[in-house]
Amino acid sequence: MTIDNEIMPPAADAAFDDAPVVVSIKDVSKKFTIRKDNSLKERIVTLGRAGRRHSEDFWALRDVNLDIRAGTTIGLLGPNGSGKSTLLKAIGGILEPTSGTIERRGRLAALIELGAGMHPDLTGRENVYLNAAILGLSREDAEARFDDIMRFSAIGDFIDTQVKFYSSGMYVRLAFAVAINTDPDVLLVDEVLAVGDEQFQKKCLDKIREFQEQGRTIILVSHSLGQVQELCDSAVVMHHGEVKFQGSARLAVKNFREILEGRRVAEAEAAAPEEVATPGKVERVTLEVPGRAPGAEVQPGDELVIRATFSHTTPLDRWHSGFKIENQFGHLVYGTDSRQLRLQHAPLVGSATVEYRLPDVRFGGGPYFVHAFFAKANGEHIAIEREAARFVVADDDTQSGTTRVATVAREITD
Amino acid sequence: MSTTVSDRFDRLRAEPLVPAGRPAGALVGSVREVIANRSLLDLLIRRDLKSRYKDSVLGFAWTLIRPLVQLAIYYLVLGRILGASRNIEDFAIYVFAGLTLYGLFSEIVAGGTASIISNAGLIKKVYLPREIYPLASVGSALFNFGVQLIVLIAATLVSGAFPWRADLLYFFPSVFVILVWATALALLLAALNVYLRDIQYLVEVLVLLLMWASPIVYSWQMVSQHASGWLLTLYTCNPITLAILGFHRAFWVAGPDSEYPPHMLLDLGVAAAAGLIALFICHRVFTRLQGNFAQEI
Repeated sequence: MTIDNEIMPPAADAAFDDAPVVVSIKDVSKKFTIRKDNSLKERIVTLGRAGRRHSEDFWALRDVNLDIRAGTTIGLLGPNGSGKSTLLKAIGGILEPTSGTIERRGRLAALIELGAGMHPDLTGRENVYLNAAILGLSREDAEARFDDIMRFSAIGDFIDTQVKFYSSGMYVRLAFAVAINTDPDVLLVDEVLAVGDEQFQKKCLDKIREFQEQGRTIILVSHSLGQVQELCDSAVVMHHGEVKFQGSARLAVKNFREILEGRRVAEAEAAAPEEVATPGKVERVTLEVPGRAPGAEVQPGDELVIRATFSHTTPLDRWHSGFKIENQFGHLVYGTDSRQLRLQHAPLVGSATVEYRLPDVRFGGGPYFVHAFFAKANGEHIAIEREAARFVVADDDTQSGTTRVATVAREITD
Repeated sequence: MSTTVSDRFDRLRAEPLVPAGRPAGALVGSVREVIANRSLLDLLIRRDLKSRYKDSVLGFAWTLIRPLVQLAIYYLVLGRILGASRNIEDFAIYVFAGLTLYGLFSEIVAGGTASIISNAGLIKKVYLPREIYPLASVGSALFNFGVQLIVLIAATLVSGAFPWRADLLYFFPSVFVILVWATALALLLAALNVYLRDIQYLVEVLVLLLMWASPIVYSWQMVSQHASGWLLTLYTCNPITLAILGFHRAFWVAGPDSEYPPHMLLDLGVAAAAGLIALFICHRVFTRLQGNFAQEI
């Protein structure tokens, strides 16, 4: 596992430089004891030595150290069961760490599960006040924000209906509306942005951006890597309860994908131990722009030449190769493969090199990353090399976006 | 509400770093936290009360139906058929007074024991001082007690035996003793119930037993006739017995002095003091256990 601690780029706003620490995590470990007996009889029967055989220790967090400064948006990444949610709950004070300390300041709101305090038999209005009080808002504050909550949730006349009659979307909208109207300094978000319809999701993301501008701190657990890259200044990758990586969101995502790839290989090995899980490899990827020095900025209209060398320990009769180009937010900008290009590769014995020529590339300004992969005939990936090559396209101050178009504008006068 | 970034940062810088979750201070910290969340406590009590009889036609009348049926059974079966009322005058008021106070005790203990488990959704997702859940049960039990008390007072007025006398003041120490002991038990059992679900079934049995271990449908005098010496002392030392006796003294005018043990006020005072110590100890146990609530539920 590589741990390269790239210092995150300084925030544009100068006020963020000497921001106070809002959450300070020192040597935090959390042990769960998994018991297999839960009634008095069983507990007595398995008392003493036998009892220990009936319980199992599991470290959900191990020596986690982390300082989070105000105004940052930090993503927590990790495969399932890596301790992200446990860490988030420990920050929220819901779980007490077994050892170590967590200190924090400021008002904290947790969107760990929306509507935790909602009672199905109460009306929407009663639930708003109850939930607001649970999140630490006084009655007067809740009354003052009631209109905002109503507007954001768009519940309308249903506010005086018992929430058990709400659709799941309405339920979540109301809960979210209350949570974000509590004026938190630190917002803990656990996988809840994926709720509601597209329009509501957009509204939530807009609200999160607004929070960022207001210097609020957001700690986000998400499996949507694109979302993490887009929203977060920095990210932490957790694996088996330990912090594996801490740094920029982009590098964290790369790191996280490596963990997932490692796990996929391990699973494949477990499923078929006699087979070597990684018989194939992307040996080498080079990127060339004819007429320009290596590493120079790419200008619109340039040609890109990508050469990738693949190897496989056993001969492959039929195989495909391809590549993807992503921008710095992890969005796919362009990608193709030999199947889509109707190219039939010759059987792979040892290694083979494929060349892709991309004439007249017109991407928007900024850095891009090339991932090269090859796959079996049925499309199953054999190996992928992430960020195998990188190039930067020159900025153009006449436009923004991931593509480049020579727009001509004129005002129409009658 | 601070809207500019530098305002917010300045405010945050001025705030001290506090440990996430429960502050270290034991009793004082808990009391302060609960006071800080008193409006939430109020809302939780309302939620308990509102949701209990929501969508039922009779609503709050149900809080009265159970004790009234109980009263009818005890009055008819024990009083008339088995003849307990021959020795106890105004048997209906006697029984209802006892049932009202014992109802407060049993509701706090039973409701409090289940309170942590039934609020699992909240406990797993939001940090709040956990004492608030048993305390909310205490609050809703007090409300129901209030309703029954009104019925009891109405009954004394109708029967023309309203207790206009100094003994009425026994009401306060009696209710206090019950409140303190029931809250102590509720805190202890609520915490234990998270780890051992048997507790809530145990409590049902316990509440049933304790009712017959105190003079609610029979009189203290009957006990003193059959038992004496240390056995009677043990029976009388039960804080619930003392509280029930005090409550009878407050509302049941027909009882002669021989119905009560001597030095009752002193005994009640001792029971209250012991209850406060028990409350302190039970709260310490609760704070010790509450750290793992979220993962054990």
